[in-house]
Amino acid sequence: METTPIHEEAQARVLEAPVVTAAGVTRRYGVEGDTCVKALRGVSLDVAPGKLTAVMGPSGSGKSTLMHILAGLDRPNEGNVSIAGTDIGALSDTDLTKLRREHIGFVFQFFNLLPMLTAEENIVLPLDLAGGKHDRGWVAELTDKIGLSDRLSHRPAELSGGQQQRVAIARALVSRPTVMFADEPTGNLDSTTGGEILELLRDSVTSFGQTTVMVTHDAHAAEIADRVLFLADGLIVKDRGASSAHEILETLEEVSGR
Amino acid sequence: MRRVALKGILGRKLRATLTGFAIVLGVAMVSGSFVLTDTINKSLGTIFAESYAASDVVVSPRDALAGEDSADTGSAPFPDSVLADVSALPEVEAASGSIEDEATLVGENGSPIGGGMGIALSVDPPADEQFNPLQLVAGAWPRGSEEIAVDKATAEDQGLAVGDSVGAAADGPVETYTVAGIVRYGSVESLGGATIAAFDLATAQQLFDKQNQFDFIRVAAAEGVSSQELVAEIRPLLPETAQVRTAEAQADTESEETQSEVNIFRYFLLGFGGIALFVGSFVIANTLSITVAQRARELATLRTLGASRRQVLWSVVLEAVVVGVLASVVGLFVGLGIAVGLNALLAATGIDLPETGIVFSTRTVVVSLLVGTLIALLASLRPALRATRVPPIAAVREGAVLPPSRLAKFGLATALAVVVVAIGLLAFGVFADGAETRTRLLAIGVGVLLLFIGVTLVAPRLVRPLAAALGAPAARFGGSAGRLARDNSTRNPARTASTAAALMIGIALVTFVSLLAQGLKSSFADAVDELFVADYSLTAEGDFGSVSDATVAAARETPGVTAVSAIRSGEGRAFGGTVGVNGVDENLSAIIDMSWAEGSAEVPAQLGADGAFVNDDYADEHDLGVGSRIELKTPTGEVLDLTVEGVFAEPKGGSPFGEIAVSTATFDGAYAEKENEWAFLNMEGGVTDENTATLTEALATFPDARVETRDEFKATSISDISTFVNLLYALLGLSVLVSLFGIVNTLVLSVFERTRELGMLRAIGMTRRQVRRMIRQESVITALIGATLGIVVGVFLAFLVTQALSDEGIVFAIPVGSLVVFVLVAIAAGMLAAIFPARRASKLNVLEALQYE
Ligand SMILES: Nc1ncnc2c1ncn2[C@@H]1O[C@H](COP(=O)(O)OP(=O)(O)O)[C@@H](O)[C@H]1O
Ligand SMILES: [Mg+2]
Repeated sequence: METTPIHEEAQARVLEAPVVTAAGVTRRYGVEGDTCVKALRGVSLDVAPGKLTAVMGPSGSGKSTLMHILAGLDRPNEGNVSIAGTDIGALSDTDLTKLRREHIGFVFQFFNLLPMLTAEENIVLPLDLAGGKHDRGWVAELTDKIGLSDRLSHRPAELSGGQQQRVAIARALVSRPTVMFADEPTGNLDSTTGGEILELLRDSVTSFGQTTVMVTHDAHAAEIADRVLFLADGLIVKDRGASSAHEILETLEEVSGR
Repeated sequence: MRRVALKGILGRKLRATLTGFAIVLGVAMVSGSFVLTDTINKSLGTIFAESYAASDVVVSPRDALAGEDSADTGSAPFPDSVLADVSALPEVEAASGSIEDEATLVGENGSPIGGGMGIALSVDPPADEQFNPLQLVAGAWPRGSEEIAVDKATAEDQGLAVGDSVGAAADGPVETYTVAGIVRYGSVESLGGATIAAFDLATAQQLFDKQNQFDFIRVAAAEGVSSQELVAEIRPLLPETAQVRTAEAQADTESEETQSEVNIFRYFLLGFGGIALFVGSFVIANTLSITVAQRARELATLRTLGASRRQVLWSVVLEAVVVGVLASVVGLFVGLGIAVGLNALLAATGIDLPETGIVFSTRTVVVSLLVGTLIALLASLRPALRATRVPPIAAVREGAVLPPSRLAKFGLATALAVVVVAIGLLAFGVFADGAETRTRLLAIGVGVLLLFIGVTLVAPRLVRPLAAALGAPAARFGGSAGRLARDNSTRNPARTASTAAALMIGIALVTFVSLLAQGLKSSFADAVDELFVADYSLTAEGDFGSVSDATVAAARETPGVTAVSAIRSGEGRAFGGTVGVNGVDENLSAIIDMSWAEGSAEVPAQLGADGAFVNDDYADEHDLGVGSRIELKTPTGEVLDLTVEGVFAEPKGGSPFGEIAVSTATFDGAYAEKENEWAFLNMEGGVTDENTATLTEALATFPDARVETRDEFKATSISDISTFVNLLYALLGLSVLVSLFGIVNTLVLSVFERTRELGMLRAIGMTRRQVRRMIRQESVITALIGATLGIVVGVFLAFLVTQALSDEGIVFAIPVGSLVVFVLVAIAAGMLAAIFPARRASKLNVLEALQYE
């Protein structure tokens, strides 16, 4: 599907087909009237492959809503979203499940590990669900990368928050998804641990070419991105390339002030 | 996904265990019923096999009413000339005739041994030594009219030795015999508590009035002759009243007869196992629903990781099935244990069966495991379907709740529709006289199940008002804990409703039984009050016995007795159906006040040789009136041509009479067993202590009968009903117990869910005691909701059934006392169920609870 890119660097990316595109997406909560919240008011964007895209914005600006819609967890009131060339608006639950298995990985703010499974079992869970064969080498490489090779038989309750999030990242990567979504991946961690997690995310983009969309309200988190989208009041108001935390903070202040 | 389900069970051991109990009890009941009845059947089979172990072929009396394949109860002995004819056959190596009847052994204190249940066998050594199932353990075979042999178990029990004397009553008064020998029945140690009395052949024939007759002839075939060939040779020699079978076939027919009774008992017990499992399915469904709701976020996460709806469905079903299988295995062995225990208990109380070992058949294993697993599977379907409706986005939303079911908006309509269909089916089953019994019973069964389900579906709407009313005392007197308890119970009405519903089922059935029993008792009492105008009754001692003519004669000769009238009973065939037949004395009207639709109180005196009176229902059914003819066939093959002389208007609560009554003389001419079911008598001065003493004294040597006044007669009969009702209560108690586990489960899960809130309550000053009280009162409120629903449903069912049975005089009466007891039991059950959850809740560490995520 062709959309009109609204960012300045469109020319540079024209050869690389976007893996996720959204066009004119709106999302309202509640019924029409006083209680109606317009969380998204017409958002269009596309996500380039092999890059880390950050979605920034003040609290309540609609970042999470946008991510849920991009990832097919939620449906827009208007507009279209396509992932890996498939318009997901028309997909049945079964096809959406198939799409998730093949194309999407998730990293959650609260980790969402299954408490009764060990770290290793959590990591390979998406493979088990899809019924595919485990690529042992790949799993070993991932566990090595997250640095938890000696903790694989521990249960989430026996791991620290940072360790749990590492397991979650490995779990998101294990099926080599077309795109990995992360909603405030450091939101529930202290800044040191958060920094380590960000490093890991950056590393997975650099070394595996993992396309990643990360939602955050933290400028330090957005600093690692190749591209930063700024959301305010349900609209994309700014689209920057890789930027320093300082630049990001400035932009953020600018867009929030409006 | 399988791993998720299996590890999920491990992670939720407590709830899996509690859920499992809901199945364990039901399955234990099923497997226990099978093991117990199989074992009894096998034991009985051994007795019959032992009886003919040494014979090839058996000649036995033939019941003219029964088919070839049925055994021969109540049929006449055949002439002893048959033995000579059979022995004369070249194919016969040896043959011997015997008498088998019933005799009561009497202990030193004059009371019957073994509850009056005893068999009498003839011995005829040396002629029958090769055939007789009895083996001599001590002493010698009895000879002559003064000697007897008794079985080893009885001898040991009573401290009898060879040379001692013992009383025995055959068809006459108790006579004293000398114990000549101690015997054993084949390899069998005991005949389920029945005593054995052995007499020599001539004495036995004399005692049982079977001179020149035999009950059985056991035959051994000559070398090279097969049993079948011998049967074919013997058959043409026999009179109409005798038949011949191979020993094996004879043992099989005899044991089948008793086994069919054991099988009825088995289905009876299995029925209660089924009810317990049905209740268990509610508990499982409820627990899983709560679990699914609490796991909503976990399930949603699975969806985001690529789990399909089907996988989510199967993970819930699999979890239930695994719990079901494990619980069924446990239940299977618990049932086995119960059966072994019951068997031991029977042995300890003296009614031990032959030791054949416990029968644990493949069928028991398969059915128990299948039933338990299937129940778990079915119960899991609804929660599993709901689990598939958890949207993936719930993984990221705080406090995600399960979306309401798609049918939710039709919820009340659906629930009411189910109730209406249930009531329709019930009404059809109860009132549709025209339909086949099988169809009606099926309609009633399905109707009751649907009614329970329907009420369960409606119940969430009733929880709020019920909790407000039933929780009022708690809220009023229980302080803040009480108010919180009441509010907690309405917080999740669906959960409270389905927890209460499980208890409802047990209470409803208990209520139904108690109402019906009340109706039965009062209708029976009315009938006795109407009919019983005699001063005393003589009723048979023991459940299977009868009052002998000798006893009746002794009563007649007692000074002061003005009239005695005995009622004989048997079965016959008329108009193509089996009917109850009585033989009545001419003075019947003096002791029973019958009302007559046709004819008068003169009828019993004027029956003569071919007169009969019938009851009004039977008269209506076959369009009979005075002058109608009845052709009645009796078990001896006799056909009586009867003329109706009167139609008796039977009270709704029943009467001592079957469909047809004839004179005693006519009865005796056509029936082999001349035994009385009852006798009634009048004495000068009516019922007085003196008369009672005189009569009891006069009949002291007749252990087969019990002297009772009208009130005593009523009381013993009603206490039989009560005993049965208590048995039903005990069996239904199992279902109540299952529902108790349901309450425990729900409370534990609620406590778990409210961990943080409980921590907060403790932090702001609630004491452990108050926490415990809060949980306990919530439990009691839930139990009371269950009891209320159950009593309402039970009363409704009883109302329907008593309306249908109003022709039988069964009235609709509410036993308020019993209902109060049920409510108290429910309260106690609620308290009991709360003990464990309340402890858990009060032991929560405040700090940890507050941090709990
Ligand atoms: N499930 C919901 N129901 C109602 N309003 C919602 C819901 N989710 C989000 N919102 C509203 O939509 C807006 C955007 O929310 P969200 O996407 O969570 O913002 P962010 O992630 O940027 O903080 C907010 O005003 C929020 O209150
Ligand atoms: Mg957010």
